[in-house]
Amino acid sequence: MRHLQTPIDEATRLALRVGEEVMLSGIIYTARDQAHKRLVESLNKQEPLPFQFAGQVVYYTGPTPAKLGHPIGSCGPTSSYRMDPYSIILMNAGLKIMIGKGNRSEEFRRSLIQTKSVYLVAVGGIGALLSKTVKTAKLIAYPDLQSEAVVEFEVENFPVIVATDSVGNDLFDRSN
Amino acid sequence: MKTINRDSLIQTVRNMVIQAATILNPLVIQKLKDAEKQETSSLAKNVLKSICDNAAIAKNDNIPMCQDTGVAVFFLHIGNELFFPYSLYEAIQEGTRQGYLDGYLRKSVVAHPLERINTKDNTPAIIHTELAMGDTLDICFAAKGAGSENMSRLTMLTPADGEKGVKDFVLETIRLAGGKPCPPIIVGIGIGGNFEKCAYLAKTALMRPLDDEAANPIDRRLENELLEAINALGIGPMAFGGKTTCLQVKVNSYPCHIASLPVAVNIQCHAARETHVILKGEDL
Ligand code: SF4
Repeated sequence: MRHLQTPIDEATRLALRVGEEVMLSGIIYTARDQAHKRLVESLNKQEPLPFQFAGQVVYYTGPTPAKLGHPIGSCGPTSSYRMDPYSIILMNAGLKIMIGKGNRSEEFRRSLIQTKSVYLVAVGGIGALLSKTVKTAKLIAYPDLQSEAVVEFEVENFPVIVATDSVGNDLFDRSN
Repeated sequence: MKTINRDSLIQTVRNMVIQAATILNPLVIQKLKDAEKQETSSLAKNVLKSICDNAAIAKNDNIPMCQDTGVAVFFLHIGNELFFPYSLYEAIQEGTRQGYLDGYLRKSVVAHPLERINTKDNTPAIIHTELAMGDTLDICFAAKGAGSENMSRLTMLTPADGEKGVKDFVLETIRLAGGKPCPPIIVGIGIGGNFEKCAYLAKTALMRPLDDEAANPIDRRLENELLEAINALGIGPMAFGGKTTCLQVKVNSYPCHIASLPVAVNIQCHAARETHVILKGEDL
């Protein structure tokens, strides 16, 4: 089992291989459908982004509200394919590590290889367990989007699996 | 004539919503544990173990097992001896609202599918009603997440397509879904009726107890054969490869037109959040 601290440098990213189990610690940023739409709009208008992409990790999730005494509610991954059209633009703008669930489009994989990005997956439907790895959660953009807002998570040993490595080897090729 | 107190109905619905989100059906947990023993790959085993660990955490901490706490769907069987001096629909909506707010559940409903503005309390719920004999109100609740619902499909086959056409469509649907509906899944299949009836058959098939069998012998045989065929696809837990793609197949059928063979496949993820309560009417 490999342990990685974010932000993740290029050499470490390129060394990740499909099927590898990784424990992530450090900062990761949540963003799903509507946040992706806004990130792309900001890029198009050349407006400042809520966080800098270099070395950072985006996690596709829309958590449940935090109960008193908890930093966050249940927070498992959502299906990644819905983000594909946006992800292609974001990868070209420097965002190279994404966490979600499920297989993605061929267009996505082509862009992933071109930009040497990496797609990680977390196990879907275990949001209660994953919430235990989140030490702090700070809302940083788009509060009106509620569960779809961009939140900065500080995680400790967040378990992921490399689904598509930077040369395009894909975990889901075996089954789909 | 009997009735059901509005406040206690709202309270019941509220509690059903919260319970479904936090407590996984023990029958599902048992199936996951059995499946874990069957798997040989460590990735598949780990996924199944994580799902069981997650269920325990959710129950102990009283937090949702999955962040997608779904759209609220109700199936009501209303006894013909009951009288409601209030709007039953509004009472169910109020119970839903309270459940999603008090239970710290995610609000995942937008008011218009294109405008996409969140309703902020997860209403409106989708409410199906059927009439029944007697003085009870039978309430089945399902919290249906989008990951599995989005992978569901319906097609209008021709009679010539027959059983093979049905099976091919089911397997194609599961293959296309891959890891998106968070396998292992439960598959509800509707065969017959017409366009909307068929979708309803598939959804209500999912509401049957996990360990029952279809009453009709053809449907029963299909349930067993399709379970085997789906698991032979090798998709496995989270599509990481393995033997456990599907925990159970449920088939419901209904008579149909001489020219029709509708088939609907409704996919349910392992987070099968359902609760069932029967309220007895009290004297007016
Ligand atoms: S498919 Fe089910 S388990 Fe997976 S994220 Fe959606 S609701 Fe949760």
